[in-house]
Amino acid sequence: MSKPTSLFVIFFSLFVMSEAVFEDQVGKFDWRQQYVGKTLFAHFDSHSQSSKKLFLATDKNIFASFNSRTGDLFWRHVDKVGPEGTIDILLLHGQDALMVVGGGRLLRSWDTNMGGLNWEAVLDTGSFQAACFVAIQDTVKHVAVLKKAVISLHYLTNGHQKWVENLPDSDTVQYQAVYSGGEEEVYVLGVVPNSHLTIIAYSLEDGEIIKQRSVEAPWLSSVESSCVVIGQGVLMCVDPATLALYTLPIQAEEAPQFNQILLQVTPVQPRLESVVFPPQLYVHAFLKKDDSVGYRVLVQTQDHALTFIQQPGRVVWTREEALADVVTMEMVDLPLTGTQAELEGEFGKKADGLFPMVLKRLSSQVILLQVWLAHLWKLFYEARQPHGQVKNEVTIETLSRDEFNLQKMMVMVTASGKLFGIDSKSGSILWKHYLENVQPNAVFKLIVQRTTAHFPHPPQCTLLIKDKDTGLASLHVFNPIFGRKSHIAPPALPRPILQSLLLPVIDQDYAKVLLLVDDQYKVTAFPSTKNVLQQLQEMASSIFFYLIRSDQGNLSGFRLRKDLSTERIWEVVLPTEVQKIVAVNGKRPNEHVHSQGRVMGDRSVLYKYLNPNLLAVVTESTDAHPERAFVGVFLVDGVTGRIIHEAVQRKARGPVHFVHSENWVVYEYWNTKSRRNEFSVLELFEGTELYNSTVFSSLDRPHLPQVLQQTYIFPSPITTMEATLTEKGITSRHLLVGLPSGAILSLPKMFLDPRRPEVVTEHSREENLIPYAPEMPIRTEWFINYNQTVARVKGIYTAPSGLESTCLVVAYGLDIYQTRVYPSKQFDVLKDDYDYVLISSVLLALFFATMISKRLAQVKLLNRAWR
Amino acid sequence: MASVPRSFLLLSIIPTILILCADFACCNTGRKTGDGLDTDFSGFSVPLEHSFQVDDVSRFRMRGALQLRGGRETSVSLSQSQLSEEDRNTLKVGEEVAAVDGLYKIRVPRVSLTDRQTERQMDGYLTAFVRACSLVESHLSDVITLHTDVSGYLIGVSIVTIPGACRGTEVEDEVDLEAFNTTLTIIAPTNAPQPETALFIERMDIEHEKRGKPQEQKSFFAKYWMYIVPLVLFLMMSGAQDQSGGGAANGGGR
Repeated sequence: MSKPTSLFVIFFSLFVMSEAVFEDQVGKFDWRQQYVGKTLFAHFDSHSQSSKKLFLATDKNIFASFNSRTGDLFWRHVDKVGPEGTIDILLLHGQDALMVVGGGRLLRSWDTNMGGLNWEAVLDTGSFQAACFVAIQDTVKHVAVLKKAVISLHYLTNGHQKWVENLPDSDTVQYQAVYSGGEEEVYVLGVVPNSHLTIIAYSLEDGEIIKQRSVEAPWLSSVESSCVVIGQGVLMCVDPATLALYTLPIQAEEAPQFNQILLQVTPVQPRLESVVFPPQLYVHAFLKKDDSVGYRVLVQTQDHALTFIQQPGRVVWTREEALADVVTMEMVDLPLTGTQAELEGEFGKKADGLFPMVLKRLSSQVILLQVWLAHLWKLFYEARQPHGQVKNEVTIETLSRDEFNLQKMMVMVTASGKLFGIDSKSGSILWKHYLENVQPNAVFKLIVQRTTAHFPHPPQCTLLIKDKDTGLASLHVFNPIFGRKSHIAPPALPRPILQSLLLPVIDQDYAKVLLLVDDQYKVTAFPSTKNVLQQLQEMASSIFFYLIRSDQGNLSGFRLRKDLSTERIWEVVLPTEVQKIVAVNGKRPNEHVHSQGRVMGDRSVLYKYLNPNLLAVVTESTDAHPERAFVGVFLVDGVTGRIIHEAVQRKARGPVHFVHSENWVVYEYWNTKSRRNEFSVLELFEGTELYNSTVFSSLDRPHLPQVLQQTYIFPSPITTMEATLTEKGITSRHLLVGLPSGAILSLPKMFLDPRRPEVVTEHSREENLIPYAPEMPIRTEWFINYNQTVARVKGIYTAPSGLESTCLVVAYGLDIYQTRVYPSKQFDVLKDDYDYVLISSVLLALFFATMISKRLAQVKLLNRAWR
Repeated sequence: MASVPRSFLLLSIIPTILILCADFACCNTGRKTGDGLDTDFSGFSVPLEHSFQVDDVSRFRMRGALQLRGGRETSVSLSQSQLSEEDRNTLKVGEEVAAVDGLYKIRVPRVSLTDRQTERQMDGYLTAFVRACSLVESHLSDVITLHTDVSGYLIGVSIVTIPGACRGTEVEDEVDLEAFNTTLTIIAPTNAPQPETALFIERMDIEHEKRGKPQEQKSFFAKYWMYIVPLVLFLMMSGAQDQSGGGAANGGGR
């Protein structure tokens, strides 16, 4: 096998496609932001006075250490997703951080200095309840872990188990807390709800039960939620019903006959309104040098922002941890500068007489002159400043589009309902907006209704927030550049929304019309001005849309009627007993395809089947048996409901990731027979003749396209996939593949071409087709994020820039990574090290040479004439 | 396979439709009736209905009967009668309505080609449409395609006319609108290819053999023995001569 691989290497090295960045380019065009998620546990490092460490465990199963002065991440450990990696508790003692992970599965000890793992111990099965350090005369040597029916004691140095004991009556008593007061005993607190409290004291040495007491507490239902141990072994409980506070010394050396009546009922605060132990507030009090008490507070707010506050109420830093869970995003062009906009405005408006036009022209020229002078002054001023002091702070006021439209506004929607506007060049958050009352199971769809191109109308984005269970939706309309909520009132949506579609129809204010289809197939238009409604009426018979009910396997098409009701015109049903629809994907509306066909080796043209209405529907079989499982790929025309192609990948299973673009679909699945990941590519061609070359209509395309397909082995599982996108579609396409390792692979589409020949011929060589090889290579130069690992990539967003060669890429997941890719290299940009001096000197030299030789030739001619 | 619940209404309708179909059912297009195994799947027919849409309400009426045959070789044929005078008129009107984009819709009930008769029918229909004007302008020549899934359920139907465009040409001759000129096909899903490892390895092997042969030839000695042997012989000869000469000299010396 080694020989073929070496052949590969030789072969591929012929295609010099260096993608990797140079060392000096690191961080020049890309940035990464690392997040941790919502904090569950936080500890301040009180080990030493000058320590600036902060330890967090989060709901994303991450254990992290922060710099408490700046909020920067020191280190971070990303554990498995889901319940396997859940952090049950985080305890901190000196240099050691102790963690119970995965519902009481593992006990881990970390070194807090370096973030390295000291040891890991596997615990007995059983759901985790509580854990605490056990100290003898202030030296902590053990940790006690309480499970539902078992208590175990472990050494702090190596995690070995000292002893493990079954808890008595664990089927009736709910053991919820464990406490050690510095003596030779470990106390376990259990409760029989609304009956009594059980306190068991275990011997530290051998785990024997020293004493067992029961205290009447008919008001107590849970120790975990209403009790806390304070001071030296005093249990303090709250009864919210009677608004009473109870205290109980746990370790009290009581006389045996008074066992049951130790509960001291002392209603301290009669007007106790409600009791919360806010888990979102972490206070660290310390003694200052002058013996006064200082404090620092870490606040976790509802919008997942983490704020660090120091004593005089000064906010030291804020981290927007909501960005650890980005749901969807869009990139919006920045607005033109005021002067550019002024010029645009001048040419955009209608002519109103000669004289005013001249005046206007003059005034705008004056403004331009002013700006230029200001620019010159700024240059001069900056030149006088010592180097490095000049800071180019990006603020919302200075935002303007750059020459090549490489800097854009990233509008990000997070699961917590907080919206962010991020500058794509620097990654700084320019605005944020928290939407209250967003249900945790909400689905978001972000729609750009009006871009920045229509000055003086501000750009407009609409966020559709839909409750997953009820289907009820609401709209949030905002300006994507400033984040401000628009004054335009969105329509009320009393019925569940099934589908939303953005029409190319624009209203008089240049906003695209959004159609919302409710469960009675009635359509609501937004904006719904008279103008829009009139346009809709005119176009009604050519507005088609589709609905997909994956629970019923039903795909159906509708046409709009003049009264904005709809009629069902086609229906395709995939029986749910056989297969279920897992994903449907159309093409991106802003995608351009430059070439209509491919020139083949014999100089004929193979035309692409470019149907903008084509839908790729991916199904998975309900039968999960590896021999019978399959993945289905249907290509359906969204207007006519015609099944263009229907393929079945046998012995295959999801998760299926796929990209649908131009005339191709690429999908990735798991081969259950060979136990590997495979890529398959489908390409559609109309043949060597076009049916109707001027315009594409789904209604008038009677011939089915030719479908070519090829499959390859991919040596890694993948988490997400997207294709690059450029302004005009001239640049060759790459696939951006997010790998579980955190790398983002830029895979040339050239390798996924169903026309790759088995046997190399003259024609295929002419076409630059790579000979077929069943295995897809992963080359490390293709990792666009070099060593900037993006943890848990969830999605990749691509946007075209003003440069045809350049595509902007944002990968999001736990981290956010922004970069640029050049799939066909930078063919429209001069290199950084372009030798201007050489080229101009050569030009000048040539110029003078021609001048001189011309003169000489003239002299010679003259001489010859005289002769 | 789970049985699909049906409404009582449909239960009562289906037999009547089937009876109606019996009138239409005639020849199938000469596909041979499979061998003994396929007797279970001997063809059955389902109605093909159409609706000319003059107003927005769809009223489906009988167009013909689809003769379906499941089993190893699925085949389908269609028997349909001519359009009645009334239908032609509606369609002509429909074409005038074509100015407002009237649609011609067809539908078939959801059936399974492999299950037994009793379990074949399921709730609902599969619908497709074509513009009424293009149907008229193509003189009723249409292509109907039925799609099945892996297990033989009918999942979709599509109709196109050839040519598919609406140019607004008037169809004068009434005769052109009398009978459908239908091409009918049934399409099952294609199997997507697997990675072609075997072929690739074979190709690699062949290439290796091609390239490998001159390399793994005989050893150096085997290759040049004709030069080496005489050389060695010559050396030996000359050496022996020396030796013998020397020996002789030595001997002579003793």
